[in-house]
Amino acid sequence: MVALQETVERVRRIDVDQYRYGFETLIESEKAPKGLSEEIVKFISQKKNEPAWMLQWRLEAYRRWLTMTEPTWARVEYPKIDFQDIYYYAAPKPKKTVTSLDEIDPEILKTYDKLGIPLREVAALEGVEPPPGGEQTPNRKIAVDAVFDSVSVATTFKAELKRAGVIFMPISGAIREHPELVQKYLGSVVPTSDNFYATLNSAVFSDGSFVYVPPGVRCPMELSTYFRINERNTGQFERTLIIADKGSYVSYLEGCTAPQRDENQLHAAVVELVALDDAEIKYSTVQNWYPGNSEGKGGIYNFVTKRGHCRGDRSKISWTQVETGSAITWKYPSCILRGDNSSGEFYSIAISNGFQQVDSGTKMIHLGKNTSSRIISKGIAAGKSQNTYRGLVTAHRKATGARNFTACDSLLIGDKCGAHTVPYIEAKNSSATFEHEATTSKISEDVLFYCIQRGLSQEEAVGLVVNGFVKQVLQKLPMEFAVEAQKLISISLDGSVG
Amino acid sequence: MALLEIRDLHVGVEDREVIRGLDLNVHAGEVHAIMGPNGSGKSTLSHVIAGKPGYEVTDGQILFKGEDLLEMAPEERAAKGVFLAFQYPVEIAGVTTMNFLRAALNAQRKARDQQEFSTPEFLKRVREVAGSLNIRQDMLKRGVNVGFSGGEKKRNEILQMALFEPSLCILDEIDSGLDIDALRIVASGINGLRSPERAMIVITHYRRLLDHIVPDVVHVMSKGRIVKSGDKELALELEACGYGQFEDAA
Ligand SMILES: Nc1ncnc2c1ncn2[C@@H]1O[C@H](COP(=O)(O)OP(=O)(O)OP(=O)(O)O)[C@@H](O)[C@H]1O
Ligand SMILES: [Mg+2]
Repeated sequence: MVALQETVERVRRIDVDQYRYGFETLIESEKAPKGLSEEIVKFISQKKNEPAWMLQWRLEAYRRWLTMTEPTWARVEYPKIDFQDIYYYAAPKPKKTVTSLDEIDPEILKTYDKLGIPLREVAALEGVEPPPGGEQTPNRKIAVDAVFDSVSVATTFKAELKRAGVIFMPISGAIREHPELVQKYLGSVVPTSDNFYATLNSAVFSDGSFVYVPPGVRCPMELSTYFRINERNTGQFERTLIIADKGSYVSYLEGCTAPQRDENQLHAAVVELVALDDAEIKYSTVQNWYPGNSEGKGGIYNFVTKRGHCRGDRSKISWTQVETGSAITWKYPSCILRGDNSSGEFYSIAISNGFQQVDSGTKMIHLGKNTSSRIISKGIAAGKSQNTYRGLVTAHRKATGARNFTACDSLLIGDKCGAHTVPYIEAKNSSATFEHEATTSKISEDVLFYCIQRGLSQEEAVGLVVNGFVKQVLQKLPMEFAVEAQKLISISLDGSVG
Repeated sequence: MALLEIRDLHVGVEDREVIRGLDLNVHAGEVHAIMGPNGSGKSTLSHVIAGKPGYEVTDGQILFKGEDLLEMAPEERAAKGVFLAFQYPVEIAGVTTMNFLRAALNAQRKARDQQEFSTPEFLKRVREVAGSLNIRQDMLKRGVNVGFSGGEKKRNEILQMALFEPSLCILDEIDSGLDIDALRIVASGINGLRSPERAMIVITHYRRLLDHIVPDVVHVMSKGRIVKSGDKELALELEACGYGQFEDAA
């Protein structure tokens, strides 16, 4: 049958090759020698001008890491990683000490331009009041911290944030300038001994973002970090620490891309969130690392530990993620609901195409009284990909009145992909109410043809159906990014059906 | 020139020949009824005209406005004016009817190099048509056909037909599942769309529909062929005598 044949053809040619951000920036960089040793850990610490306590912290993590083994419980398959064949530190070689954006290598600025991250334009407005009645309304401003390979290259809107008392800077800077905050909170949510990749990250992390919002302050703009891997054979190990002090609010977004390369690259980040009494943190991710080509060659291994601690009463942490990239994704943004009446949310869209493997989900750990959590996960599998939702919801003995609602829906496009749901539910307390719903459906040929008969193209039809499927989660993203995410979703699914 | 010209069409499904040498000419302004027993290939014919994947045309030709229809992608056929009201309209969760109508209409207009409708213009059009078909506004805010009754789904098909203004409308058992009042509403909606530029192919099992939508020609289809054509009286004859007399002819 001609039509069916064509369908099969197109599924086979699945186009993860259309990755738009796959270009490489030619700049000189400074690298530590390949491999990992105490020397390398010291080298990184030294490069960052770190205080002795920080080096000690790293070394302890490193020694711990040597005793650990890689986790194997996730439903992902990949050849063994040679941890001695990776560069643990690469930084764009500065021409001289950089004090303003004008001194940043223009090639890097061009890279962010191409990626649509407005470092220059936004920076030009720094410290300048918007003209009265001007187009630039303050609430649409987004402060950006750009991390290029291992180093933060620019942070915008610093001055304006400072006026509000918000600290938003590279974590390397925070270690030097705000050691009391970093020492108090770093590793307090994800301890250095947490898991293989988190421990590795603790030893070698090079940069990332640091945010502190003081008591009662509503952060005046969206904060955002943009991660870019450029160097070959380089691991990226960023570390993010966000602290929302009592009664404060902050919304944070991270985006990620990497050049198209044949070899796999490792990305093992750690993100820690701390919300004190009545504080709220919204953390959104649009993850679009290079997924590998149509034969499954190359792509990022995205092994990430993200955890939020609702430390205070009535605190709230909300994770929203749109995951479309990476060859392998292994991440479970979680909430520890320690404070009474605290709440955690996890909204996820995970799309896999080609040979991508996604094993993602969340953990909601109910410790305090009357804590609540909500999980909405939408997995879309196309091509030959595998997409697993793995979730854990537990209520501690003392967590009376814990409530959870979980809904995981999977959508399959074609018949060579797989979707799996692995929920673990554990209530040590009879007053807990946990609800779990799960569905798996397939985009049927009949639905597609119905749309196409009405004039939509194949791609538009898939896009429409998928958007309907993920709408509930998309609505949770900050407005500015919802549109981007929507576009990203249709790009990721291009060529997913014939 | 006929609007739709089908010559010696042969269609296979899963290695079985389901349409076996079918000829049909439909001119603009005409309404043709196709009647025939279950499994005679009526829906198959409508799917092949609309370009649904899964059918293999092994022989024959379909010309639409003088162009080779089988060469066109299904969405191209839609933009050129082929509309199929499905026997079994599907449900699309999460996509509101309003959004769906708008996406489809704009896709068609874009394909024809026409300007997209503005939002107020679009809303006005939809409200008008929906009103005339007794479709409540809140239905337009629900997912496409989600939770619609059988009759509501059929009315939704006519709503789309009215909105897209196609030149060839194929209505596959639009009367199934309709109560008497709904049948009247749907029929009057369809009659309102009859025009000298537009042709309709009405597939049905029941003469009752043809009392409302009076056809110019009635065809009897059996075993993948049109075995007899006549005027509207043929429908009466069929009702009286059944299909038995045509089985041999096929
Ligand atoms: N996808 C398919 N796979 C296998 N056989 C099919 C398929 N589609 C149609 N057929 C067969 O082709 C023949 C014609 O089917 P079709 O649906 O066109 O009949 P119909 O005239 O519309 O019948 P009804 O009056 O019941 O709607 C039937 O024998 C049916 O089983
Ligand atoms: Mg039929």
